[in-house]
Amino acid sequence: MQSNDYVKLQVCPVDDNTNAKLTVGAPNLSFIIRDEDHTLGNSLRYVIMKNPDVDFCGYTIPHPSESKINFRIQSKINNDSTSTPAIDIFRQGLVDLKQMCSIVLEKYEETTKTFKDMETN
Amino acid sequence: MNDIRTRIKLEDTELLNTTSTNFPGNYPGYDDRLNLDEFRKNLQIQISHLDNTTTEFDIIGIDASITNAFRRILIAELPSMAIEKVHVTENSSVLPDDVLAHRLGLIPLRANARLFVDKTPGDTKEHEDDTLVFKLKATCKKNPKATDGNDDPKNLYINSSVYTEHMEWIPIGNQATKFKMDDVGPVFNDILVVKLRPGQEIDLKLVCHKGIGRDHAKFSPVCTASYRLMPEIVLKKPIYDKDAEQLQKCFTQGVIELEDDNNGRRHAVVSKPRLDMCSREALRYPELKDRIELNKIRDHFIFSIESAGALSPDQLFIDSIKLLMSKCDRLLQEIDGNTNN
Repeated sequence: MQSNDYVKLQVCPVDDNTNAKLTVGAPNLSFIIRDEDHTLGNSLRYVIMKNPDVDFCGYTIPHPSESKINFRIQSKINNDSTSTPAIDIFRQGLVDLKQMCSIVLEKYEETTKTFKDMETN
Repeated sequence: MNDIRTRIKLEDTELLNTTSTNFPGNYPGYDDRLNLDEFRKNLQIQISHLDNTTTEFDIIGIDASITNAFRRILIAELPSMAIEKVHVTENSSVLPDDVLAHRLGLIPLRANARLFVDKTPGDTKEHEDDTLVFKLKATCKKNPKATDGNDDPKNLYINSSVYTEHMEWIPIGNQATKFKMDDVGPVFNDILVVKLRPGQEIDLKLVCHKGIGRDHAKFSPVCTASYRLMPEIVLKKPIYDKDAEQLQKCFTQGVIELEDDNNGRRHAVVSKPRLDMCSREALRYPELKDRIELNKIRDHFIFSIESAGALSPDQLFIDSIKLLMSKCDRLLQEIDGNTNN
């Protein structure tokens, strides 16, 4: 269903005239995610906010007629001026959300199986 | 402090503490970072009811944003099959073609959407892996064997009401071997499609595609999926006799019970807060208002799913969790693909 030139995730450039390599390691980034809405936006925001390295995390839907969200992550800058790149925080958030879902799935399947076994006995 | 973190307070004019605030750094002394082992330990799922059409279960220990994501996916993003195109050869009924087609689209079909692929847009051919075809043909005639004195249309005419049981499945390609006759068709046989009178006839070919609820509500696999938070009623001071009876009347039956204590008085006891519909009626009475506290537990959800008939509700919930995981996968794919470039 997805063609090769369909870009789901886009990173807004850090500022004008910036080197693309700098954008990747930047502590603050805004993403545009296409074809998504509060379903992914709010749950991802929650998971990323649980990360102690995050200073700010939020998302908005610029216009309800267009199906895209703007997602912003700002990471904490430590005393020695280092910070986790925002893209890594984003990636970790996705991995964590996926893990949380799989834990829910595991528990649900287990509980359903026990319930169905009890019903047949 | 714990109350702000875990409870939504219901006051008579407002709700307090509705958003989750347990993020790292908000509360000194609390480490609120995401700990998946603790999440796994604290997560509980308790099924109170499960059958082929409805299910009700409790999820405890999860945040509203993720539960809401599951609910939204159940309603809008799980695929199902529904009638999309109606080829009208003959329609002399009182319903115009488009109204009839709209009604037909809303009929729930028993077909496992996972065995079909999405139709590529612009492709008008009917392939065996993305389309189901039905025929609906009915003509209304006068009933020669009608009994006198009975004005019921079912007696006077044949086929005066066209039901979904008149829909006939036409297998295309290898569908006859892939699916059994009983597996494919409308979920209910007694849905009234259109009413006819003698001389009126419908001859339709119904073409079904796979779609999602976001596109059109007919594709939503659930009648509805909803959740509510677990109510909590705290009696700050004991309530006796007349006041206790008044309190019992304020809540749904079964929530508050009256118990006799040793002094011969009857006091109110909260027995089944789960049944409460949170009307906050008790807060309207000044003598009760200061003695009770109405809360909702922020991470305890009573989830209720009613399926439209194609798939069982527990299977739908499992599919919705898997769909959220696949959304994450899709984005991870993009990130990993881009960092390699």
